[in-house]
Amino acid sequence: MGASIYKNKKPVLVFLIPAFLFMTVYLYYPFVQNIINSFQEIKILGGKGTGILNPWYTNYVNMLHDDNVKVSLVNTLIMMIVTLVGQVGIAIVLALMVDNVRHGKQFFKTVFFFPIVISATALGLLFNLIFLYDKGMLNQILERFGKTTLTDWKAEGIALFTMMLPVMWQYVGFYFVILITGLNNIDEELYEASRIDGATTLQRVRYISLPLLHNVICTCSVLAVTGALKVFDLPWTMFPKGMPLKSTFLTGTYMYYQTVEVKNVDYGSALAVLIVVLGVLLSKAVNVIFREKDY
Amino acid sequence: MKEKVSVGKVIVYIVLIFWSLTTIYPIIWVIQNSFKAKDKILADSFSLPVGDLFTLGNYRKAFGNLDIFGAYKNSIFISVVVSAAVVLLAGMAAYALGRYKFRGSNILYSLVVASMMFPVYATIIPVFRMETSWGITNTSSWWLTMLSVILPQVAGNLSFAIIVLMGYIKGLPIELEEAAFMEGCNVYQIFFKVIVPLTMPSFATVAIFSFLWSYNDLFTQMFFLRRPEMKAITRLLNELTSQEGTNYGLMAAAVTLVVVPVIIVYCFLQKYIIKGMTAGAVKG
Repeated sequence: MGASIYKNKKPVLVFLIPAFLFMTVYLYYPFVQNIINSFQEIKILGGKGTGILNPWYTNYVNMLHDDNVKVSLVNTLIMMIVTLVGQVGIAIVLALMVDNVRHGKQFFKTVFFFPIVISATALGLLFNLIFLYDKGMLNQILERFGKTTLTDWKAEGIALFTMMLPVMWQYVGFYFVILITGLNNIDEELYEASRIDGATTLQRVRYISLPLLHNVICTCSVLAVTGALKVFDLPWTMFPKGMPLKSTFLTGTYMYYQTVEVKNVDYGSALAVLIVVLGVLLSKAVNVIFREKDY
Repeated sequence: MKEKVSVGKVIVYIVLIFWSLTTIYPIIWVIQNSFKAKDKILADSFSLPVGDLFTLGNYRKAFGNLDIFGAYKNSIFISVVVSAAVVLLAGMAAYALGRYKFRGSNILYSLVVASMMFPVYATIIPVFRMETSWGITNTSSWWLTMLSVILPQVAGNLSFAIIVLMGYIKGLPIELEEAAFMEGCNVYQIFFKVIVPLTMPSFATVAIFSFLWSYNDLFTQMFFLRRPEMKAITRLLNELTSQEGTNYGLMAAAVTLVVVPVIIVYCFLQKYIIKGMTAGAVKG
């Protein structure tokens, strides 16, 4: 019966064409064109390529010798570790805690989540004020604890910390909500049984909650790792152009810098290809690592 | 036994309340400082802005020097159109992919899934060039400029929206569509009168996600909104940091003006927003 409604296939075209036309023009075509662009010479953003580079893989060779690429890859790697340990780690702890308390579950969920709703640009401004050298929030607090010198949170060496802390902080609530949903899906009977067997709260967490959360944690880790490759808004607002001394570039911000500031458009395209390749490889890697682990 | 449990509970609550403070307090802090002059912020940022500390100067400057309302108007226009277009286009595509069996439907589905792996970095340069050749970037026309941001943002949200909606539509009982068919509805009527109303919760999820994503997105705006009168909210804020970075009071006021409306909306719609943002988990 259901089949007879959908036997006439003509409407399929009407339903599909708008969306797929859009995606072809704005996703598939540009994606392929971007790869081609990375082999061409383009000096104007929005301009046409002026011919194939000689040799065609020049940009990729340049990448190997570009110190800023090294810096941004190392920074992005640190960012990934920070997001994995900081975001997912803290989120797991918070989720397990909220799962085990009786009061205020909804309140914590609401409060932990809300930084995600706010634009990272606004948060960048906010954290600029918090980390301000001539007495932002942090330096004022430290002063109250008796520190006499001001800390320049944006100086080289500490800049990475200043940049990554807000990014980490913003997304903890996101993973928290995903994990708490996973925890809610665990069958209450399992906890019941463990209680009868006399398991402590910690044992319950270790032998029931964590093993059953395994897949959710895996999803979160893939998101955290690929997310780190794409961070842009907050770092660019707090540390535009990789300042200080181009030491805070991430893959995303460096791609933008090359494309818009340096106007080396073809090189920017090649960097975008690098981001895609790393994203695919890393999410595969995380999947493999997590699948092998057995509780 | 009872005593021991409550010690653990106390620690748990302390940790949870501590994390809550890290998310709430910075916002309160920036709001209270938006009512203070710059030197007062630097001298004492923790006290409430009462008495001598209180000033509306930052807001006067914010409304006077910055076109905050204009930026709001642009931002909301862009985001409303983006989320409406995403819901409509993705809803239709999800319906066709979810209900019709035809040759190539699996391939189309894989294409949708694959395109979720495309970061905006990998498409922005060709898209910019394409739109430049159409003459809709860097023009003095407000409508065309808005269009130049809206189109890529719609495309960026489509694939995720199709997957979320398709999952939902597939789970709907087909009997309702059969009943409507028996009553003489054609497929288009079935879509608009049966599927759309039933899928409303999912549509809301997708619409909210697309709206917020578009409202908060800075990267696309940096490429397409270059003229001062066409700035949207995040673009305005970004520019403010580079031009007025040392005017701390003004910065605090600007942050407050941008953040407070979002928080108010969040308080009312949090259930849908949390669902929408995490359903979009697969999207970066």
